[in-house]
Amino acid sequence: MTNVLVCVKRVVDATGEVVLTDDAMRVDGRYAGYTTSAHEEAAVALAVEVAGEAGGTVTVLSVGTADAAEQIRNAIAVGATDGILVEADPDAMGPADIAAAIAEVVTQRAASGTAYDLVLVGNDAADTGDFQVGVRLAYALGRPVVTGMKTVSVADSVATLTGDGPSGTEVYEVALPAVASILEGAADVRYPSVMGRMKAKKAVIETVAWSGSPQGSGRAGLTVPPPPPSQVTILGEGPQAAAAVVEVLTQLGVVSR
Amino acid sequence: MSVVVVVEVEDGRASLVARETLTFARGLAALGAGELHAVILGAPTDSVLADCREQGVAAVHTVDNPELSRYAAAAWAAVVEAAGRAARADLVIAPGTGRGNEILAHVAARRGLDMAANVVSVDSVTPLRVQRQVVGGSVIESTAVQSRVRLLSMAGHAVEPEAAATPGAAEVRPLAVAIAPEDLRAQVVRVEERTGGDTSGLTSAKVVVGAGRGAGGPEGFDDVIALAERLGGALGVSRVVTSLGWRPHHEQVGQTGSRISPDLYIPCGISGAIQHWAGCASSKTILAINTDPDAPMVTKATYAVVGDMHEVVPAILAELG
Ligand SMILES: Cc1cc2nc3c(=O)[nH]c(=O)nc-3n(C[C@H](O)[C@H](O)[C@H](O)COP(=O)(O)OP(=O)(O)OC[C@H]3O[C@@H](n4cnc5c(N)ncnc54)[C@H](O)[C@@H]3O)c2cc1C
Ligand SMILES: Nc1ncnc2c1ncn2[C@@H]1O[C@H](COP(=O)(O)O)[C@@H](O)[C@H]1O
Repeated sequence: MTNVLVCVKRVVDATGEVVLTDDAMRVDGRYAGYTTSAHEEAAVALAVEVAGEAGGTVTVLSVGTADAAEQIRNAIAVGATDGILVEADPDAMGPADIAAAIAEVVTQRAASGTAYDLVLVGNDAADTGDFQVGVRLAYALGRPVVTGMKTVSVADSVATLTGDGPSGTEVYEVALPAVASILEGAADVRYPSVMGRMKAKKAVIETVAWSGSPQGSGRAGLTVPPPPPSQVTILGEGPQAAAAVVEVLTQLGVVSR
Repeated sequence: MSVVVVVEVEDGRASLVARETLTFARGLAALGAGELHAVILGAPTDSVLADCREQGVAAVHTVDNPELSRYAAAAWAAVVEAAGRAARADLVIAPGTGRGNEILAHVAARRGLDMAANVVSVDSVTPLRVQRQVVGGSVIESTAVQSRVRLLSMAGHAVEPEAAATPGAAEVRPLAVAIAPEDLRAQVVRVEERTGGDTSGLTSAKVVVGAGRGAGGPEGFDDVIALAERLGGALGVSRVVTSLGWRPHHEQVGQTGSRISPDLYIPCGISGAIQHWAGCASSKTILAINTDPDAPMVTKATYAVVGDMHEVVPAILAELG
């Protein structure tokens, strides 16, 4: 049996235009809405797979405001078992703080009989992109850690993980308990079923507090760099533009006349 | 005082991002950061040392330990720590690659240090204030890095590698590092041939034809594939395309896909979201095909055709004959 803990972060959906708050300290999500990063969605999918094969549970954890329950429920809708919300203001926390808050939950659960043999995080958070929480968490727990993994399977208390290395697919075999960060790409992202949605709606999310006090991230302010002025040459509209396109391809030497 | 740069080796040379990072770190010397040192993640071949000399590196810290033959991030973190001690560094900078960020995060966690990832520029060295990319590159964060030794990873292509006005001595200083068994708990056990698609064709192609949601469905790619073949290039797609399962992930271009730098990129039906742009920004010429003249991909392109890709691409194929 393998119990997996997956850590997800509620982030502003930045696929469209990014707007900052008036104090330029945060990305404003009022119009854009909120989401979870692709890496974390992949981590949830892998966790559900691992727990399904090894007969264990998948607990989703988020350090965030009460609203982060939405992201936890989204993960429950695609197969996670239950959720824990560590209520805190993530914007006031740096990656070391987040790791400490997660480590506290893992340690407390272990003491009360629930061991999370495998903890999965995303490769990097979609907003802060610190690339650190998983590694810092592993050191806080005294566990081995691998980052940027795309597949995970577990047998006999050993996790086999693979990721892309400079010269091919790199394979790790790590004794559990361990921590891994997941990169989007190989896991089939799951979509919620009607049943899943119902389960997510009803799920009770446990809310806990972190006993530490945050060191913060050092953020002094944000700016959105203006787009460079457009220099585009419009070659035409519709299929009539084909001749102009081929002219450009010829000039660029991509095709010869 | 000194700056230590973590140098990754690629095809026997200091990698491109490592050379960018060296150029960047050398610039910090002018801001009072001190002597430039390097620590090599691999064998210090003649060409790697030549690259270091060219970049003005004063000393190169190397390690020759069979326990490092199979990659283990924690073990390399121990090496970087040792180099930092030997150089009395108060600044350690790594390329913002998977390995660069991973090793730096280990050093940060082991020593309780601050780390700032994806830095694009430094405003001041003491106190250290940097600008770094967040939110997939669409936002710049100004950050104070406070610990005594500061760790930075560099965003790719933030600077161009440039030779130093005066070459460095690149004096080789071997490190003796005892690797603790717990630092080998997570180690590559073997390297397999890439499964699930090879991205080298895409990343090395001189011409890439792109396709996004505008393709309309899994059967909407025949024309773009034909165009890619006709131009001797490769097909690249957006994440909408891979997450809908229309095409495999190894064809994805962007922040969480491949980074391409072809001579010509022809994105068809791709809006040009910042996360996609992150992967194609280094294309020399972009020729966008899109129904929306205001799509970011169109306004950022060199050339554009406003129209339906399912009409424009076949017309181009017909014109090419
Ligand atoms: C953490 C994170 C990582 C991400 N990583 C990546 C990544 O690596 N790569 C990536 O691509 N995206 C990535 N994304 C997603 C990205 O934000 C966009 O959602 C995605 O790139 C949009 O894909 P698209 O342009 O195909 O679709 P859309 O944004 O829907 O755009 C479709 C475009 O096609 C045009 N169009 C429609 N029909 C036609 C037609 N018949 N002919 C011509 N034009 C037409 C429309 O005008 C529009 O411009 C990431 C997002 C996040 C949050
Ligand atoms: N507030 C948070 N709550 C839960 N998990 C988080 C939080 N912040 C970061 N993480 C996890 O840590 C990963 C790496 O984040 P980062 O080191 O900040 O780039 C993310 O992909 C998440 O899985």
